[in-house]
Amino acid sequence: MIKNPGISAVVAVAAAVALAGCGSSSEGSEDRELTVFAAASLTDTFTELAEQFEKDHPGVKVTTSFGGSSDLVAQIEDGAPADVFASADTKNMDKLGELATDPQDFASNTLEIATPPGNPAKITAFQDLARSGTKVVVCAVEVPCGNATAQLEEKTGVDIEPVSEEQSVSDVLAKVTSGDADAGLVYVTDVTAAGETVTGVEFDESDQVVNTYPISTLDGADEADLAQEFVDLVLSEAGQKVLSDAGFGQP
Amino acid sequence: MPRWLWFPAALAATFVVVPLAAIILRVDLASFPALITSPSALEALWLSLRTAAASTALCILLGVPLATVLARTDFPGQGLLRSLVLLPLVLPPVVSGLALLYTFGRRGLLGQSLDLVGIQITFTTLAVVLAQTFVALPFLVISLEGALRTSGTRYEAVAATLGARPTTVFRRVTLPLVGPGLLSGSVLAFARCLGEFGATITFAGNLPGVTSTMPLQVYLLRVDDPDAAVALSLVLVVVAVAVIGFARHGRAL
Repeated sequence: MIKNPGISAVVAVAAAVALAGCGSSSEGSEDRELTVFAAASLTDTFTELAEQFEKDHPGVKVTTSFGGSSDLVAQIEDGAPADVFASADTKNMDKLGELATDPQDFASNTLEIATPPGNPAKITAFQDLARSGTKVVVCAVEVPCGNATAQLEEKTGVDIEPVSEEQSVSDVLAKVTSGDADAGLVYVTDVTAAGETVTGVEFDESDQVVNTYPISTLDGADEADLAQEFVDLVLSEAGQKVLSDAGFGQP
Repeated sequence: MPRWLWFPAALAATFVVVPLAAIILRVDLASFPALITSPSALEALWLSLRTAAASTALCILLGVPLATVLARTDFPGQGLLRSLVLLPLVLPPVVSGLALLYTFGRRGLLGQSLDLVGIQITFTTLAVVLAQTFVALPFLVISLEGALRTSGTRYEAVAATLGARPTTVFRRVTLPLVGPGLLSGSVLAFARCLGEFGATITFAGNLPGVTSTMPLQVYLLRVDDPDAAVALSLVLVVVAVAVIGFARHGRAL
């Protein structure tokens, strides 16, 4: 079938190389690598902090992975090679149990309304979200921002009927920036990070539900010392400044 | 066939079968019946079946004429048109969803005008149907065009010489000849619709009973309630297997 025996040899070699490459990612490098898993809402701040950390620790490469806190927890439980985990809520950190060696709160966040630029639907208060005909997008209750939304609805008695329950804050923002939703509920820091693509509407009731962000080194971390140093950086004055500049509150 | 081909072939089969077995092994048998008959699961399944059926109907309505034009005519730019029509096959579904959003979204190319007359498509079940139709249409077109080319034009020419009008030929000769191809194409399109995720979540959103189809439910539940996610996944696998079996049977006819 194969006229040129060279082809099958090439295929065999290529397959062998591909397979060998799978297992050797951590070998052959003298540099140390720290892997940080952090909630999606920490993308900007932790990227900045990671760069800071690399500057302070020559020869260390910080790899960051951002995603929904619950996703990251699932990945860590399945054995993802993370050294540090920063969660958007205590519930998800608690799920890790013993795997999280020493969780410490490092920031807090509250909800804010995001509307398309110029706020075309004229949303000025939290109860406006319950107005009939207003297209509101929220996070699904399974994810931290949705959990916070549900708590806030319960505490204020405002019953929002969303047109969509999104999987993450960024999905909510996407529907708002495209103009398809009149308003979305996200974190204060998300509105700050989104800049001019959305108009934020602060509301009085927001401080009734405060999300606390814990950070922890992880049991079995390859780089336990570096992991602790990274946590220290986040908790340091410099680290806290980066966070407060992005709109995060004190823990 | 050289005998050594058995080895890589077995490897390939294992590669496909083992993950399927893995998901079946994860199913918690004790809670399985309760999980797949929960109101939210049934709601998602019903929505999935309804939207996939509607999308398949739309695919047939739009895809049969398109496949016929592609198979039976020759005009400049036809190759380009065929490539464009097949594009959703290879596009990441999220990109398809964005494209639909920029078309039918409230500030989209067409959505802007629709919004003026009070119609908003995003966040509705119609958006789910549009997303599914967009990604599934190429499946129907490609298999039907293949069937049309294979069946050739001899019978059509004979019918025409016997005095049948083009519409009669199309209805009485062309379509019956490619019946099995049309059936398997439709079944494939239906299966693709059932599995649609990326374009739906990007374009239609996620609301139980309105836009939250089975794959969206699985995605949302996978972390908080993995047992439920696995149970729903298994239902999707079973439906997919049934659909493929049906398609193979149809081809054999």
